[in-house]
Amino acid sequence: MTEQTYDNFADHYNFAYLDEQTKRMIRRAILKAIAVPGYQVPFASREMPMPYGWGTGGVQVTAAIIGANDVLKMIDQGSDDTTNAVALRGFFVKTTGVEATTKTSEATIIQTRHRIPEEPLKANQTLVYQVPIPEPLRKLEPRETETRKMHALEEYGLMHVKLYEDIAKYGEIATTYAYPVLVNDRYVMDPSPIPKFDNPKMHEMEALQLFGAGREKRIYAVPPHTKVESLDFEDYPFEIQKFEEPCALCGAENVYLDEVILDDKGARMFVCSDSDFCEDRRENGHVGHMAANPITESENRGADA
Amino acid sequence: MTTPSLGLQKAPAPGLKNPVHDAQKIFKVAMNALARPGSLQEMPELGLEVPAPLTQTVAALALTLLDYDTPVYLDPALAQEVDVVDYLRFHTGAPIVALASDAAFALISDPAKMSAISGFAVGTDEYPDRSTTLLIAVDDMTNTSGATLSGPGIKTETEFDAAPLSPAFWPQMIANQTLYPLGVDVLFASPTHVAGLPRSSKISMKEAR
Repeated sequence: MTEQTYDNFADHYNFAYLDEQTKRMIRRAILKAIAVPGYQVPFASREMPMPYGWGTGGVQVTAAIIGANDVLKMIDQGSDDTTNAVALRGFFVKTTGVEATTKTSEATIIQTRHRIPEEPLKANQTLVYQVPIPEPLRKLEPRETETRKMHALEEYGLMHVKLYEDIAKYGEIATTYAYPVLVNDRYVMDPSPIPKFDNPKMHEMEALQLFGAGREKRIYAVPPHTKVESLDFEDYPFEIQKFEEPCALCGAENVYLDEVILDDKGARMFVCSDSDFCEDRRENGHVGHMAANPITESENRGADA
Repeated sequence: MTTPSLGLQKAPAPGLKNPVHDAQKIFKVAMNALARPGSLQEMPELGLEVPAPLTQTVAALALTLLDYDTPVYLDPALAQEVDVVDYLRFHTGAPIVALASDAAFALISDPAKMSAISGFAVGTDEYPDRSTTLLIAVDDMTNTSGATLSGPGIKTETEFDAAPLSPAFWPQMIANQTLYPLGVDVLFASPTHVAGLPRSSKISMKEAR
């Protein structure tokens, strides 16, 4: 098109780093993944300029879908400013020139490591997950040939046995993250290591959800408005984590909280894991019980004495 | 040593003006079409000149999705046109196959005379992704009549129809749906829009056709 005939980084990289043949291959895998929700499509994952485990799958998916007009948000455990998020955001800003944001509502593509933003996503947004182990049955059955057969035959008894053993041993289902889900009543899927707190958000989500596993070379997807059920038993229904206190900074309840250790005497605080959600609430005047900097406060008290 | 000639009689028509950004925009249209079955996704203005009976939208999808990894089947109307075959060979390098069941993609320019959908690849139980995606050129698409679609990507249900289609098309797609998770996926391409009909969509016909 005429509006962008030259990219200012084109001397060094193709747009979004990947060559066009690789993008086509990934794009075809994404289309298959959307057509068969929850099924893991094999793809020819490339070596990326970051190590496996740093989100090479998510990066390849994002690189295949991103366009010059997209607005990118990159989060790591809900936060925009941790190492993984900063490094990958820099990678895309450098190789695409797109605008980056920390605001969930302003982003068109959100690449995430291990969280779903608290703010509900909209139809014009795409959520890209970084996935370490895409196969939910892998820890129960190490052979790929066997797990593939189990998916083909819809034979998920082993997974229910695992959850049952949890109950027998601990009195409850002890899985707290990467909690297996059943997608569109057909495929059991690993939602990536998001806390099970986030599982209900996947159900009937307005946004398209894409999953990329670089080392394991798999892409899968959940289209918008798709049934996503967390596996459970009638007498032991699925439950999400509950927190006893609200966010110490913004006072939010019913959000996922991170524990932060404050000193070596056991003092701690719980704060929103979604940093943008927490900042947004504080800007709007919500105040938690430790909203003033707890460390500065104690220092000030020391100075007064 | 001499390079073997492509055997072209004349230069094929040009491809995408900006192969990187145009392909991304076209892919996004196709992705949204399959992610929201039955919805009409608007194509960007491309200014492609393509040899008839290939249509601009089908050509754009083909240039975006095909390469040497994707065997492609052409319906008889396309296969008999040397210019079409040269155009696709030159720009995509995709091997053109005669057998529908060998194809990763099928380009259909005359849907009224389309061959049986069961002839295309539906994948295997262990690899349902090894199936054919049909790119079907149509004149018109509508959301006000036709088949009722529901399933992934559709909030409640949506109506969708395209024309022209053979009378056998919808019964064949209903049969295709029963194979789930196997089956073919369809992208309809009108002159201005693209719509998707993945195998995951449940199809019901209100009135008998």
